[in-house]
Amino acid sequence: MIRLHRFHGGIHPPTHKAESTRTPIMSAPLPAQLTIPFRQHAGEAAKPVVQVGERVLKGQLIGEPVGAISSSIHAPTSGTITAIDLQQIAHPSALPDLCATLVPDGLDEWGVRQTLSYRQLSSDELQKHLRRSGIVGLGGAVFPSDMKLRHPIVVDTLVINGAECEPYITCDDMLMRERAEAIVRGIEILRHALGTDAVLIGIEDNKPQAISAMQRAVDDSSHPFKVIAVPTVYPGGSAKHLIKVLTGVEVPSGKLPTDVGVQCYNVATAYAVHRAVEHGETLVSRVVTVTGNVEQPRNYEALIGTPFSDLVALSIPKADTNRYIMGGPMMGVELPAVNVPLVKASNCVIAASDALFPPPPAAMPCIRCTRCAQVCPVELQPQDLYWFAQSHNFGKAQEYDLFDCIECGACAYVCPSSIPLVQYYRYAKSEIRARDHEKRAADLARERHEFRQFRIEREKQEKAERLAQKERAAAAAKAAAEAAAAIPTPLEPNADAEDTQQMRIDAALARAKEQAATAHPRNTEALTPEQRAEIEAIEVRRAHIHSLAADAGADDEPPKNSQGN
Amino acid sequence: MITALWIMVALAALLGMILGYASIRFRVEGNPLAEKIDAVLPQTQCGQCGYPGCKPYADAIAKGEADINLCPPGGEEGIHKLAELLGVEFKPFGENAQPKPKAVAFIDEQTCIGCTLCIQACPVDAIAGAAKQMHTIIASECTGCELCVPPCPVDCISMLPIEEQLTNWKWRYPVYALRQTS
Ligand code: SF4
Ligand code: SF4
Ligand code: SF4
Ligand code: SF4
Repeated sequence: MIRLHRFHGGIHPPTHKAESTRTPIMSAPLPAQLTIPFRQHAGEAAKPVVQVGERVLKGQLIGEPVGAISSSIHAPTSGTITAIDLQQIAHPSALPDLCATLVPDGLDEWGVRQTLSYRQLSSDELQKHLRRSGIVGLGGAVFPSDMKLRHPIVVDTLVINGAECEPYITCDDMLMRERAEAIVRGIEILRHALGTDAVLIGIEDNKPQAISAMQRAVDDSSHPFKVIAVPTVYPGGSAKHLIKVLTGVEVPSGKLPTDVGVQCYNVATAYAVHRAVEHGETLVSRVVTVTGNVEQPRNYEALIGTPFSDLVALSIPKADTNRYIMGGPMMGVELPAVNVPLVKASNCVIAASDALFPPPPAAMPCIRCTRCAQVCPVELQPQDLYWFAQSHNFGKAQEYDLFDCIECGACAYVCPSSIPLVQYYRYAKSEIRARDHEKRAADLARERHEFRQFRIEREKQEKAERLAQKERAAAAAKAAAEAAAAIPTPLEPNADAEDTQQMRIDAALARAKEQAATAHPRNTEALTPEQRAEIEAIEVRRAHIHSLAADAGADDEPPKNSQGN
Repeated sequence: MITALWIMVALAALLGMILGYASIRFRVEGNPLAEKIDAVLPQTQCGQCGYPGCKPYADAIAKGEADINLCPPGGEEGIHKLAELLGVEFKPFGENAQPKPKAVAFIDEQTCIGCTLCIQACPVDAIAGAAKQMHTIIASECTGCELCVPPCPVDCISMLPIEEQLTNWKWRYPVYALRQTS
């Protein structure tokens, strides 16, 4: 039996998980229209590679990755791309982003599915395959999964995150209950690629069915994985905290788990890896919890791009529902509209009403009770961070490790003054990021400006030097000529300078002419034999028309249809 | 007694020499205050302050010749930063120096005649193009100084305000509607 560790703080909010785990995962019907954003992962958005009007097959690539941290986007079903434009997406800003609109043809016809035998694969090949298949972390961070294999540092422990600590969300729970065997196969692929032996699967002890299903699957597979029940405490599902609980290793501030020899994947990601490698299925659907103020809370397996409104309608929202939250009640964000599409990051949508989530009472001043500091899992001083953020003192906030805050909301949950602490932290973080960006832009501008001045100065000097040299040469030539001919010719005093001036202008004109000639190459040069043949055919036809026109008389039109032969 | 005195004198002389040498050997080039001021200026290089760039303005402030409220691209925040750095009072912008939203230049490539006048005006070499070819702004490098707009003989450069996008969106400062509690 493995010894578990503890992390500082944490809270025990009501979990509300039972409601949505009563019925099995339901496959959502094909929607009338899908909207697929090209930015569904951390990093650079994908670049569209399909045309409007094109017919695509299920799983076909429609957006290819751009740059190192990026991923692929695929058509979730077969159908026609009817638009590629800006559409509203599930983002708290309510700003639109580039999306493809797909009208399904109802056939749900798969394109090419490339299956691989992972045992013969090198880690490199697997990374390429995951990137091509659009696999990203499905726990919510949507970080490209191939990047997590690319890390040069050796990993000795693979942690699989099945904790699912946030209230209401049950998609991972249901996936483990129903598809444990596939998850275990996915874990084995990741373990193989990382070349580790130790695999720890952490599941919170409020999911006994998931734990026993996973245990059974591991036993059946005879892999030496360890399924471990971890105590239920929010936010125990944060990667760094689960690693601490399972291994006792603390990931230092600003470091990645790989820096301490641990890599962490979510169970849903492991499942997607299995589907991608052993079935050749690109990431086109996911399991999502629809719960809260609805008649039938449940998990759906839905295509990426399905409007949330379709899913919510299946669960029948109650009359007093007045908003929707994507994610859990602690870290989720309010949807700008309910018809925005499901994305890879969407693990849950909660129908909210004022009765279910009463609006918080007006914020009161901080009384420095330090309850927030007692529950902060990162051992920050939330009251100080709040103080600096609300007074725009960003330097100080950074000094107090603002960027270590995981925005879990534990502090705001216990604050007796109901201060929306996390919102202050989000505000401060994005201001600091914007300032960093501005600072970098200013530094670049300074550099470029200084370089430009240096360049202008250098050009001036070079020009003066050239001029001086020419004058010297001219003077020497003149002196030589004078000496040779010994005939004194009367000269105007500054003829030399004028000469060189004239020389330069001539040279410039010649250059310009040359440039004009090269800038507009005649399009009759460098032709392929086919083009030449075509031109000849046209010339023949032209001669034919001329002769016809001459025959018919000068006032007649040349017959146009003679071109058709 | 005398020996002690001599030792002290010798020590003082030695230390003096060391200090003197250090001040020559490790002299800071340029004016450190002007550098610090330049570091908080926005580097738009637009000349709206009345100086031919941010560095000359920084020099002028360092010498006490210029006020701290002359740089519109820096915004009020820029004045606050300068006030803090120099330990002086904040001073609001004057009548004719008001900050504008940030923008980048855009060349209508259909109209451009390729005269290169804008290239010569751009303080940060953010315009690419050659003689008689259409010109393009490298948007990521454009500081929005507007200096290229007046020289263009065919008026084909316009300033487009930078719109809020997903990539530059920021969380807002929390504001709450006041509720009546009677
Ligand atoms: S819990 Fe709230 S009131 Fe107490 S110290 Fe923290 S921020 Fe202040
Ligand atoms: S939101 Fe940040 S400061 Fe608050 S408890 Fe969580 S980690 Fe700590
Ligand atoms: S006004 Fe323009 S040139 Fe002057 S300091 Fe500000 S940004 Fe630089
Ligand atoms: S000044 Fe105007 S016309 Fe001349 S190159 Fe620049 S954009 Fe083109």
